[in-house]
Amino acid sequence: MTRTIIPFGPQHPVLPEPIHLMLTLDDEVITEAVPAFGFVHRGLEKLVEIRDFHQMIYVVERICGICSMLHAMCYCQGIEEMMGIETPPRARFLRVIWSELHRMHSHLLWLGLFADSFGFESLFMQFWKIREKILDIDEATTGNRIIVSVNVIGGVRKDLTLEQTRGILSELKSVETELKRLETTILNDYTVQNRTVGKGVLTAKQAYELGLVGPTLRASGVMQDARMLKYAAFDDIAFTPVVETDGDCYARCKVRFREVFQSIDLIRQAIGKLPNGEIAVKVKGRPDGEVTSRVEQPRGEVFYYIRANGTKHLERLRVRTPTFANVPALLTMLPGAGLSDVPVIVLSIDPCISCTER
Amino acid sequence: MQGEIMDIGLDNLLGETARIKVEGYRFVTISCVEINEIRMELLYHFDRNFQLKHLRLSISRDCRAPSISPVYFAAFLVENEIQDLFGIRFHGLTVDYDRTLYLEKDVKTAPFCKFAVVEKSPVCEEKTP
Amino acid sequence: MFEKILTRARMRSPWMLHFDCGSCNGCDIEVLACLTPVYDVERFGVVNTGNPMHADILLVTGTVNHRNRNVLRNLYDQMPGPKVVVAIGACGLTGGIFRQAWNVVGGVDRVIPVDVYVPGCPAKPEAIIDGVVMGLEKFMEKQHVDIS
Repeated sequence: MTRTIIPFGPQHPVLPEPIHLMLTLDDEVITEAVPAFGFVHRGLEKLVEIRDFHQMIYVVERICGICSMLHAMCYCQGIEEMMGIETPPRARFLRVIWSELHRMHSHLLWLGLFADSFGFESLFMQFWKIREKILDIDEATTGNRIIVSVNVIGGVRKDLTLEQTRGILSELKSVETELKRLETTILNDYTVQNRTVGKGVLTAKQAYELGLVGPTLRASGVMQDARMLKYAAFDDIAFTPVVETDGDCYARCKVRFREVFQSIDLIRQAIGKLPNGEIAVKVKGRPDGEVTSRVEQPRGEVFYYIRANGTKHLERLRVRTPTFANVPALLTMLPGAGLSDVPVIVLSIDPCISCTER
Repeated sequence: MQGEIMDIGLDNLLGETARIKVEGYRFVTISCVEINEIRMELLYHFDRNFQLKHLRLSISRDCRAPSISPVYFAAFLVENEIQDLFGIRFHGLTVDYDRTLYLEKDVKTAPFCKFAVVEKSPVCEEKTP
Repeated sequence: MFEKILTRARMRSPWMLHFDCGSCNGCDIEVLACLTPVYDVERFGVVNTGNPMHADILLVTGTVNHRNRNVLRNLYDQMPGPKVVVAIGACGLTGGIFRQAWNVVGGVDRVIPVDVYVPGCPAKPEAIIDGVVMGLEKFMEKQHVDIS
């Protein structure tokens, strides 16, 4: 059989986003995969020259709609560190609550899309039905479903009332019961295991050397989670990262599924310990100097490098998003895999192309 | 900025990177900053157990930098990005898109540079400026 | 007679194609959320398809940039007529918050003709469904023009 070259994307039924892969095949087995980008590139980092450092919060939120709250949180924490601002404790706990809600809705979204990638459409519908409950909480507490815009430099914009926290807790309870019902299907079902176990294996050494982050790295047995940096209120909250050791698509699925339950637990802890007081401090002056800031997003660690020169416009904003670090894994995992496994393997790193290209 | 910062030159970049890899650091990313009409700055970020380490390389705009992708494979993506957006060329890239990662083929300018530069062939190679 | 049945059938079961050209995913996942049980756009007979040659409605989210404008143009040309284009979200209409970024051409209507504009950042599923239903009315009008 001669070599065949198959283009995968940019418009593909499995992928909600445009990524293009040139797959070189020998019979049904992939020998080489070269990704092509540039379909979503907007050049947001350049916007620091036009927008001032307060307005940039709304721009970095729109780097990616799924993890928008965590982008803004990372940016604000960076600027706060640069300007020496101490955020009030209540604001830090509120940030944890909203960021974990975001992680939950992102993981549920991924679990649905992952099920869809091997044709399990009813499971996709089930996960997205549960996800709507999280979005309802977001809408009730912040006013918007996805891009919540709660972060400002120096704290948060919205507060939670007592009824709202009670409402969140009771909603989480029903989310938990419904998720428990799906556990047997996503983790023990014959179809799911057949399509995911042993596919796209990465050893711990390989994963670490490729510089992978987030659930993709943790599924290979490396315990690395940026929440261990104890940013926001994570120093007051008990937390151990979820780690699996198999390193295949099934392990990545298991890590993300278990992280949803972990997030529920973290939100309960945060609501239980929520202190009273101010939610934001006044910000005076302008940032100066350079700083790096890191936050754990649903897809992994996001890295911000910010350099300012004392004016209201920043000099440079550099964003290294988790998918940008995870893409090299595709070049290692795809050669040797069958053509039918491509969607499953590509989705297993949870690609977010608008993050990658910014 | 957290972590230790080390100033390096073009000639010991690859040596330092290899040493850092042996020490067990994970590659995070490279940040490129435009300093003035001539100088650019490349910041290499590495991480081990949440301890950051930065290498700071000052480079002239028309110099070719050595690629660290033979040492850290993951660096090829960000080096291609810098090639596209800032116009600094790297040699020895494992996967070279030749400035077509984000840009169309006929684009000759570097969109992220404040000072308009049209690409010309690099004049010096692997020398400390 | 046959034409009439065909018109009615197409009106009741339009197939939609979704293309993300440079959006931040916010509108994207809201389009997908429309297909799921809570909003369920299938009650209007709308089915999501991956193939432009089967599609009647094109949903476009996000800004157009220099690379994906060719992809968008291609997809539009491959769709059989009559066809309706629905642009979703602030970025799809004008470029939104990204309009000053260097690689952004502007709204979807710079490249292909747009029939329905759905505002919002991100647009809510209710708004998207409303836009699709409005698109169906335009679709009906276009069919009459095509037949006569």
